[in-house]
Amino acid sequence: MNRIELEEQARRIRCDIVEMLACAGSGHPGGSLSAADIMTALYFGGVLKHDPADPKDPARDRFILSKGHAAPVLYATLANAGYFDRSELSTLRKLGSRLQGHPDCLKLPGVEVSTGSLGQGLSIAAGLALGLQDDPAAPTVFTLLGDGELQEGQVWEAAMFAAHRKLSNLVAIVDNNQLQIDGCIDDVCSPNSIADKFLAFGWKVIEVDGHDMDALLLALNSAKACDDAPVCVLAHTVKGKGVSFMEGQAGWHGKAPNKEQLAVALADLGKKEA
Amino acid sequence: MAITLLTPQESAAAGNKATRAAYGQTLVELLGEGLDVYAVDADLSGSTTTAKLGAADPKRLVNVGIAEQNMIDVAAGLSLAGKVVFTGSFAVFGTGRAYDQIRNTVCYANLNVKVAPTHAGVSVGPDGGSHQMLEDISLMRGLPNMRVLVPADYQAARSAIRLAATTPGPFYIRLGRAGVPAVYAQGSQLELGGSAILREGADVTIAACGLEVAQALKAADALQQEGIEAEVIDMYSIKPLDGATLLESVRKTGRIVTAEEHSIYGGLGSAVAEFLAQNHPCPQRFVGVKDSFGTSGGIDELLAKFELDAAAIVAAVKALCR
Repeated sequence: MNRIELEEQARRIRCDIVEMLACAGSGHPGGSLSAADIMTALYFGGVLKHDPADPKDPARDRFILSKGHAAPVLYATLANAGYFDRSELSTLRKLGSRLQGHPDCLKLPGVEVSTGSLGQGLSIAAGLALGLQDDPAAPTVFTLLGDGELQEGQVWEAAMFAAHRKLSNLVAIVDNNQLQIDGCIDDVCSPNSIADKFLAFGWKVIEVDGHDMDALLLALNSAKACDDAPVCVLAHTVKGKGVSFMEGQAGWHGKAPNKEQLAVALADLGKKEA
Repeated sequence: MAITLLTPQESAAAGNKATRAAYGQTLVELLGEGLDVYAVDADLSGSTTTAKLGAADPKRLVNVGIAEQNMIDVAAGLSLAGKVVFTGSFAVFGTGRAYDQIRNTVCYANLNVKVAPTHAGVSVGPDGGSHQMLEDISLMRGLPNMRVLVPADYQAARSAIRLAATTPGPFYIRLGRAGVPAVYAQGSQLELGGSAILREGADVTIAACGLEVAQALKAADALQQEGIEAEVIDMYSIKPLDGATLLESVRKTGRIVTAEEHSIYGGLGSAVAEFLAQNHPCPQRFVGVKDSFGTSGGIDELLAKFELDAAAIVAAVKALCR
């Protein structure tokens, strides 16, 4: 896909996110929308080596959604990529659905490991990267963390470990949307400077505009190519990106739009057929 | 074969050996047999004995430093890469400090991670209450997908580690620091959901696990002197529990004493009570730590102080038979 096509793909994923959340009546739009371009670059931009027809292909790159509450962006991405039918998105958070409130790897193909309790994904990704170090296919392990999630101490246990072990097949993407449930990360308990912290722990850091598709592709591919240290891609994003009344609003961390709000959201996202 | 019991003479000749001593040694054997086994420890590989695996093949021991939460999830990640992974540290940190990682990653995703920390119970000794884990069985038993084994001696520990290594999915194996008497002959094999009747008797059932098995056997000897024939069962598989053997025993004896080096809340006694209450209600006494933390002291002193020794089991049986 070229840049225009990728941006169109990200727009469709955003539309799916707000539609599935409206249908579910609960869930997390803000941090899903902020990560839509990152996920698009990974899954549709050729960064992540993956095959929706063979989700367990041993040679695949791995992606772990450490910020598990952003499940809608993962589900929308997987469905658009062909891991399962898009019609299933409307089952989100409902009894019997494979699309649990937070990702469940025992239910849904394409989910590498269940997440939802914050702070664990980087450790899991580091262990997985260590276990794949001698793999001839040389898979890369990507994980996506929230910036508020960096308040979990375990993240820094994992950061120390990954640098100590020089896990160059590990890429941690931070969705730096500045907001958490209770407000601005800098007001609640600032994790800044995030770049300085990862650098101090021995990581390489690439800062990028998390909504600039060309820049994202360059950053993620550079991170993947790094062969002497784990890399943090610090993606500066806007929470709720693309939906006018959600952008920059902590209140839209964990609240679904109602019918009227969905119509506005879809209009913002330029969905004509809504 | 299943199990072979040692005679008292053989047991005395074998001497005391800690269950933790079986840990690294058995992992080295499994590696030699071709198992893709890893240990992840948190700066306690010498104490847990996982260092032996590292000595056999350095890449097989992953030391994460003093970071138990990271230890469990690094193990989870290694298991996703197809490895059979055992975790270390002491029981108090290796379960309690990393409970959410064990719950939400290892068990929720049903990963092939074996949580087998050492230094459980008051038999840690002088390190005191902060280091004497008495709630681990309770914590681990409540987790879906988790299986819980509490070996009574070195041979049982070897077998428990092998059983966990060759059975997919999460396990908790409770290992101890202190040397404990040998009960089983070499080659004895535990079974998931099994138990071992170590001594038959018609008057009372004593169901024990871990180092309390040796105490229960001692208590049974003393009770015999007073004309009480106790049936002693090693309930090494706390989850799944061998309900059939329990039922058969209490149908005969009509009463049961459970004995564990653990809180009376949530451990073996609770598991037995939950089962019998629904299948064959009968009087039960609980030998275990009664809503208390541990304290510093010698091992025998602590077993006496917390009423975990053979004398305490005898007293519990007598209270029940009165």
